[in-house]
Amino acid sequence: MSTSLPNNRTAALAAAAFVLLLGGVALAFYWVPNAPLEGFRQRIFYIHVPVALTAYACFGWAAWKALRLLSTRDQRYDLESYTAVHMGVIFGILTLVTGSIWARTSWGVWWSWGERQLVLFLVLFLFYSAYFMLRYSVEPGPRRASMSAVYALFGVVLIPVSFLAIRLAEGLIHPVVFDRDIGSNLAGSQLLTFVVCLAGTLALAASLYGNELTGKRIDERLRELREALE
Amino acid sequence: MTYLADVGALARKDLLLELRSRDTLPAMILFVVSTLVVFNFSLPAETGDLAAYGLLWVAIVFTAILGLTRAFAAEREQRVLDGLVLAPCDRSAIWLGKGISVVAFLALAEVVALPAFGLFFEPVTWELVAAVALADIGLAAVGTLLAAMAAASRARELLLPLLFLPLVIPVVVGGVGASIADDPGRYLGFLGLYDLIFAILSWASFEYVVTE
Repeated sequence: MSTSLPNNRTAALAAAAFVLLLGGVALAFYWVPNAPLEGFRQRIFYIHVPVALTAYACFGWAAWKALRLLSTRDQRYDLESYTAVHMGVIFGILTLVTGSIWARTSWGVWWSWGERQLVLFLVLFLFYSAYFMLRYSVEPGPRRASMSAVYALFGVVLIPVSFLAIRLAEGLIHPVVFDRDIGSNLAGSQLLTFVVCLAGTLALAASLYGNELTGKRIDERLRELREALE
Repeated sequence: MTYLADVGALARKDLLLELRSRDTLPAMILFVVSTLVVFNFSLPAETGDLAAYGLLWVAIVFTAILGLTRAFAAEREQRVLDGLVLAPCDRSAIWLGKGISVVAFLALAEVVALPAFGLFFEPVTWELVAAVALADIGLAAVGTLLAAMAAASRARELLLPLLFLPLVIPVVVGGVGASIADDPGRYLGFLGLYDLIFAILSWASFEYVVTE
């Protein structure tokens, strides 16, 4: 199994992520005009939203690999799906942290049940944490692989269903106080900054994914060799 | 038609087993009534009437977990599941048969729980009954699949609630909404949508959970 090619690609992605994120943060701080209502603090938008979208992309990627596993029964997709969930959870935690900071600067509270995106990420965080519990308590093998794959597929269906549920619950349990509809009408400079930041976080996720996947493959190979020696 | 016959035979097996051993259903009924009594003491006197409806849904979800942890107990202990997987029937029939028996247990527990709720707390409306019926289907559909997963793990009873609760948050939202909102139709529709989506998904993916 050759590992040199993916490593080069991962290094290139890491370099791209570094440049794009540095550029994106610089643009967000020095180029974009202050937002009309929120002022300077609104700039966290350029980190928070790309990180959230990257987390969705990771969960989607995990579900895609899970689907490939179930249709082809090729076991290598198991590790890929697992690594994608792993990255998704990391970016999900980042979303919760940045969202919490934004809530604190905007409304003076660290948590608001009125903020859909944050509530959804809390649900997803709990859901995908249980994914790890499931993996750790089942013997490694094809059955664990297909069970994890089914669970990862449930996750990607749960995202829109939960989003709908949170919208329904909002009007019912908590009055909608805050409406933050910034994403829909971005001006030119804002859109460009946003796209650069999004490309940066996606490249970061891809390079972390490649790196982690290589590490997990080496771990697995090492375990096989150890078992063969015993 | 053989598919439906298989499903019927599997569901009948579970119901007969329960009828003879009485392992699960009495425990579920006792649990849900005890939970309602505990809620009486956990609700401060000034709490609004609406809070009781919310707690009823917590009780229903927890009762479902209690029943589901037992759902594959016989299969696991006696290694029946291996035999069922080898049997010449579609694997999804196992899910459907088990799901039907889970719905039956939940519904029977609620036949006791809802009048008890009406007696202790708030009146039981038609919207509430409809929401409970729809929720039972969704809880059983998702729960049966996850219970089969949890039965294959070392953690078993510990794992099931962790897998189950984040997935059924939408059911709680729909159920609470249908019980207290002015326009319960939206929430009932949402529960129906949830049932449909997750029943199809669980039906299609059960085979992968029980086979290698």
